[in-house]
Amino acid sequence: MKFNIVLALPEIFLTLMIVIMLLVDAFSCQHKKHLNTVLTFITLVGGFILQILVFRPGTSAFAFNQMFILDTLAEGSKLFIYLFSIVILMYVKQYINDKKVLKGEFYAIFLFAILGMQVMVSADNFLVLYVGLELLSLSLIGLVALNRDSTKATEAAMKYFILSALASGILLYGISFIYGATASLQLRDITLAIYSMNGENNTMLLFGLVFVIAGLVFKLGLVPFHMWVPDVYEGSSLATLTIIATIAKIAGIIFVIRILFTALILLNKEWVVMLQILAILSLFIGNIVAIAQTNIKRMLGYSAIAHMGFVTFGLMLVSQAGLSAVVFYMLVYVITSLAGFGVLLLLSKDGFECEKISDLSGLSKIHPVYAGIMLLVMFSLAGIPPLAGFYAKFVILQALVDSGYTTTAIYAVILSLIGAFYYLRVVKVMYFDEKDANLQVAQATLSTRTILFINGGLIILIGIAPKFLMLISSIFLLG
Amino acid sequence: MMQHLISLTVWVPILFGVLVLLVGKNECLARYMALLGALLGLFFSGVIFIKFNGAASGLQFVEDYTWISNLNINYHLGVDGIAMPFLLLNNFITVLVIIAGWRVITYKVALYNSMFLIMTGLMSGVFGAVDAILFYVFFEAMLIPMYLIIGVWGSTNRVYAAIKFFLYTLLGSLLMLIALIYLYKQSNHSFNIFNYYHTPLTMAAQIFIFIAFFFSFAVKVPMWPVHTWLPDAHPEAPTGGSIVLAAITLKIGGYGFLRFVLPIVPDASRYLAPVMITLSLIAIVYIGFVAIMQRDMKKLVAYSSISHMGFVTLGSFLFIGPILNTWGLQGAIVQMISHGFIAAAMFMCIGVMYDRVHSRNIADYGGVVNKMPIFAAFFMLFAMANSGLPGTSGFVGEFMVIMAAVQTNFIYALIAALAMILGAAFSLWMYKRVIFGEVTNSHVEQMQDVNCLEFIVLLALAIAVIGMGVYPEIFVAKMQTGVRDLVLQVANSKLGV
Repeated sequence: MKFNIVLALPEIFLTLMIVIMLLVDAFSCQHKKHLNTVLTFITLVGGFILQILVFRPGTSAFAFNQMFILDTLAEGSKLFIYLFSIVILMYVKQYINDKKVLKGEFYAIFLFAILGMQVMVSADNFLVLYVGLELLSLSLIGLVALNRDSTKATEAAMKYFILSALASGILLYGISFIYGATASLQLRDITLAIYSMNGENNTMLLFGLVFVIAGLVFKLGLVPFHMWVPDVYEGSSLATLTIIATIAKIAGIIFVIRILFTALILLNKEWVVMLQILAILSLFIGNIVAIAQTNIKRMLGYSAIAHMGFVTFGLMLVSQAGLSAVVFYMLVYVITSLAGFGVLLLLSKDGFECEKISDLSGLSKIHPVYAGIMLLVMFSLAGIPPLAGFYAKFVILQALVDSGYTTTAIYAVILSLIGAFYYLRVVKVMYFDEKDANLQVAQATLSTRTILFINGGLIILIGIAPKFLMLISSIFLLG
Repeated sequence: MMQHLISLTVWVPILFGVLVLLVGKNECLARYMALLGALLGLFFSGVIFIKFNGAASGLQFVEDYTWISNLNINYHLGVDGIAMPFLLLNNFITVLVIIAGWRVITYKVALYNSMFLIMTGLMSGVFGAVDAILFYVFFEAMLIPMYLIIGVWGSTNRVYAAIKFFLYTLLGSLLMLIALIYLYKQSNHSFNIFNYYHTPLTMAAQIFIFIAFFFSFAVKVPMWPVHTWLPDAHPEAPTGGSIVLAAITLKIGGYGFLRFVLPIVPDASRYLAPVMITLSLIAIVYIGFVAIMQRDMKKLVAYSSISHMGFVTLGSFLFIGPILNTWGLQGAIVQMISHGFIAAAMFMCIGVMYDRVHSRNIADYGGVVNKMPIFAAFFMLFAMANSGLPGTSGFVGEFMVIMAAVQTNFIYALIAALAMILGAAFSLWMYKRVIFGEVTNSHVEQMQDVNCLEFIVLLALAIAVIGMGVYPEIFVAKMQTGVRDLVLQVANSKLGV
């Protein structure tokens, strides 16, 4: 029995700070506007620093009786989650002030969600994985529901809750079968047990696998388990959506990598087929249906389904190249989307929510810089070089062709062509259409603007020198 | 300095493009900076042109640095005799475009100029790239400025045209990407285009790669039947956009056939050459007839471009004849350069008239010569060149291609020669209706003759057109070795290796 509690120090610090924040919020007076923001900022920076301190490079350390793991994959994704969370905080703080949502609650639940992600990416045991996942899901549901006056938000929260609970049920059901077959919940022990079974008598195992996969792709939002995605995207406020659409996706992918590549790697013949079908469907439905959307949040929802499908192609290759392509794709996707949400958040002022595509009309005349950043985001998501998104698609396609999936690569390419259409439409609205009367640009603080510019600049910079981020993504997988 | 000339040609205009965007508020400064950037680009490409050794085989001005090491992608630039003339053409045209837009463009001046500068840098990159992915990045990145140019400054139907242009070209290039990745796998993990020349490929693979490349380049050329985006994009684009589109962007398609298709998949090219020749002849003749019927001047010139580019693809695939000859390929390149000048000049002339009358309809004009005699003289020259008059550049390329066609198959030559008549018909008939006759309406009555800036642009183009017609040797001497190497490369079958 080894507890090795030091490894979980950042998570413990996070929990402590959340408790403090809840207390401060309860006892402080309403006009102290910035206290919550500052505390959240301190928490995130503190977590980031602690996270660096507890890790010794090149090692995989275990804590809590092997249930908690800190390897490069966990460490890398945790650091990026902290980093992206700080960026999100900078983007949303103005919006939160303007919107008069419950500020203290928002930040506290935001931190709870981050805690859930950190636990998820660090878990080496099915139960811990599940606990992290639930903490994340429930926090996100809470964030969606925070917008109490909106019927859409309430509906989205209900939908998210019910479907999420259902998915968790399916996942647990699958886990229980795997437990039945292997008599363990430790990811590593499961691999050993499957190895010793030697492919015989594995009906129960495969039965469990199907349910686990269904539960997993439910969380990722792949077709045919995607119904909740567009509704939740549409119903959430922009601030919440920024969290759901970016860092939560990273945690989700790492979670899937953990389960598939640590515990169930020996069953890859079976799950590769499933993933391929799911990815093909997601790419199709996501891209085609996105064309019909007029709400930019909903459009991004469908586009997220398509992007997740693309990522799944990388997962299904079961190779080092495929996995580092997946990590690279996710990082690029999140960096790109963050810049997009940053612009949308700055355009939502005094309770006006910038959510129709037509709300962006003539943005290039009102604020050419924001329009320029949004243009980069859209072209990057469409995968046009020399922007970051191109290399993300490129590495996946390359890994596909290298493994002999040339037809699949052609299919993926044709559907991303269809995808280019709806991204182009956003650019069209911003640059070719007349000005929208409602559109106003919020006065952003200098720090927020700087971060947004850096974020936009990164999209080009990664495009010019993608090597650096590719290197980071391959370091992720050393452990 | 000398060994980085291509990089300078690529990046100096792009850098100036970004700077122009930054000084956006000050329109006058933006214009002068844009002009400076374009002139610098022209200067660097001019130095490359002069220093280029036409007798030497292989690449010159090579730069090779590691770019993305884990994927073996390099920042590898260099030009041979085939690519080099395009570099000069591209930068020359951009200077003219910036001058042409000097007084005409008053809306978002900085963005306009910067888009053209970035575009020109990217296109120089396309012609200079030796690494396939570097090529692809430049090739695709071009879409972004062109999309904005058509969409922001175009006329009524611009949005439709911009999106159609974008999606058409994107479809082609994405398929090419797959082909490039496939070649990477086959060639032992290399993205060097010239390594692909020696990669053995089976016939089935060659045909697959041919089709992927065909989509990409045929859309750009454009070949019949994938040409339909061009007559939509041209009339809607602003004058500068039309000039760049016709003079350079289309050439990238032709260049792609010479750089990728012929040498990488020689057997598939040989096998499918009759198909390509047929498509080219259809473009030459059928589109020539379509051009005659146009009422819109820009559409007319757009269709005439397709017809003229038919000669380029025809010349590229005439190597199947019994005698191995370089005429066809040389003719194709000369035709591309010449068409670059002539199409630019034609669109410039239409732009000059459009700025005064705001109509592209032939019927709205008549008797322009009475009001604009100098302009009419220039326009006459270009219309003649467009119909292939000996002594102008338009004649040289078409003549060389027809000569090659005679050696390959007399029927091809006969049909292609027909197009010379059609070219004369659509150019001169339009000229007659627009320029001669009585002054028919009050718009024409108020037309002023060309101003100083327009005069400079038209004069520069006139010199180029006549110069190339009288003494094509300047270009031909530089590219001889490059073309000969290409012909030898195409003659080698890859199947037996």
